Amino acid sequence: MTALGVVGGVLQAAVVVGGAPLLLGLMRQVRARLEGRAGPGIGQPWRDLRKLLRKQSITPRGTTEVFRVAPVLLVAMTLVVAVVAPLVTTASAVPAVADLFVVVALLAHATVVIALAGLDSGTAFGGMGASREVTVLALVEPTALVAIFALSVPAGSTSLPAIVGTVLDDPQRLISPTSLLAAVALATVIVAETGRLPVDNPSTHLELTMIHEAMVLEYAGPDLALVELGSAMRLSVYLGLFTSLFVPWGIATTATPLALGVGVAALVVKVGVAGAVLAALEVFLAKLRLFRVPELLAGSFLLALLAVTTAYVLG
Amino acid sequence: MLSLWQAIRRVGRVAEPAPAGPAGPAPAAAGELAGSVQVRHVDAGSCNGCEVEIGAAFGPVYDAERYGARLVASPRHADALLVTGVVTRNMAEPLRRTYEAVAEPKAVVAVGDCARNCGVFAGAYGVVGAVADVVPVDAEVVGCPPRPETIVAALRLLTGR
Repeated sequence: MTALGVVGGVLQAAVVVGGAPLLLGLMRQVRARLEGRAGPGIGQPWRDLRKLLRKQSITPRGTTEVFRVAPVLLVAMTLVVAVVAPLVTTASAVPAVADLFVVVALLAHATVVIALAGLDSGTAFGGMGASREVTVLALVEPTALVAIFALSVPAGSTSLPAIVGTVLDDPQRLISPTSLLAAVALATVIVAETGRLPVDNPSTHLELTMIHEAMVLEYAGPDLALVELGSAMRLSVYLGLFTSLFVPWGIATTATPLALGVGVAALVVKVGVAGAVLAALEVFLAKLRLFRVPELLAGSFLLALLAVTTAYVLG
Repeated sequence: MLSLWQAIRRVGRVAEPAPAGPAGPAPAAAGELAGSVQVRHVDAGSCNGCEVEIGAAFGPVYDAERYGARLVASPRHADALLVTGVVTRNMAEPLRRTYEAVAEPKAVVAVGDCARNCGVFAGAYGVVGAVADVVPVDAEVVGCPPRPETIVAALRLLTGR
């Protein structure tokens, strides 16, 4: 545990919690403008959260503790990843947790917790959403692990700060086949895991086509605020990890205020641009039929596998 | 993809300029909602004329979302119910349950003449009554069907934007 790691961890948590709803607002605004709308402004998700926190809390009849603790666990696990992952700095507050396997497991665990809450609500749509989410999760996790593992081969370590550090030392690795294949695979993982098009439609109102939202239909008030904040944070953390792994420039390596400031600014700009590009591409996509989703995810797993193979064969 | 991009460039912005801000007495819940209203639409027995107009109000031209209103899929997520049509016998109980499922503070907007006073269906055999006979109503939208502008104006009273 270094000073840089601790300061960076606190900064990362603040930036992710404060910025995640703004990122969501930015993405909705980009989409609204491309649709010819005026859009509600990028501050709208924060207005929604402020209002939800003031609303009455409802415990639906028949739900248990699983339903009540799930939103807190979702935010907590995502927050742990936001603190330890290399987003603002290459040093980590808790280096042992900044491991590829731990980070991917924490993010997956948060999904499982929400899926359990969906089952716990006992409604038809809760169970259906949970079943779909876990199906997607089971197909996505191996891809995420294998894709980042391909990047860890040159670094010789599965520690995420070490992987980012290796890329910073030798930027030419970024245009290697390994890196490009892993980037495409990981982008598919992010799209599937954060419930974006073409896997899930984040703005759907049709229960039969929902994946993520079907699980949280029973949440209201402050619990719903936590679920929405947690989902927004997941998106930010995934995009932050992606940009750190493939566009690492600007990330702080020393504990000077200037380096940390540049690190925060670089993170905000990179994730903002990535989010805007993702939102703009979504305008051109229709949601994939549910039974076609495994084909997309199997394709991305193949790319991840090829990335690992090339990492070993080409060195 | 290229043709869609060209269409986006050609059409540009279709949202009409925002009219003057909300006027008139705001419903009691508006203060606590502070610029963000999630709306659940309930069809209690409508002819679907009002639904078409609600669709237009949330479409690109009138763009009710720019004032902070958003349609949601669950009454648990909602702050306001947008009820259309006369309340038929089969929908009276579902409407009551939907109202009970919404967390406080909540508001009900009766959209269209049928929802306000049963319109042409007053006295029909399957009709329980207007929306106000079943759940408390905070705002009303006049018209058969109501114009999208008036629906947007009623929603702006709630969002206060």
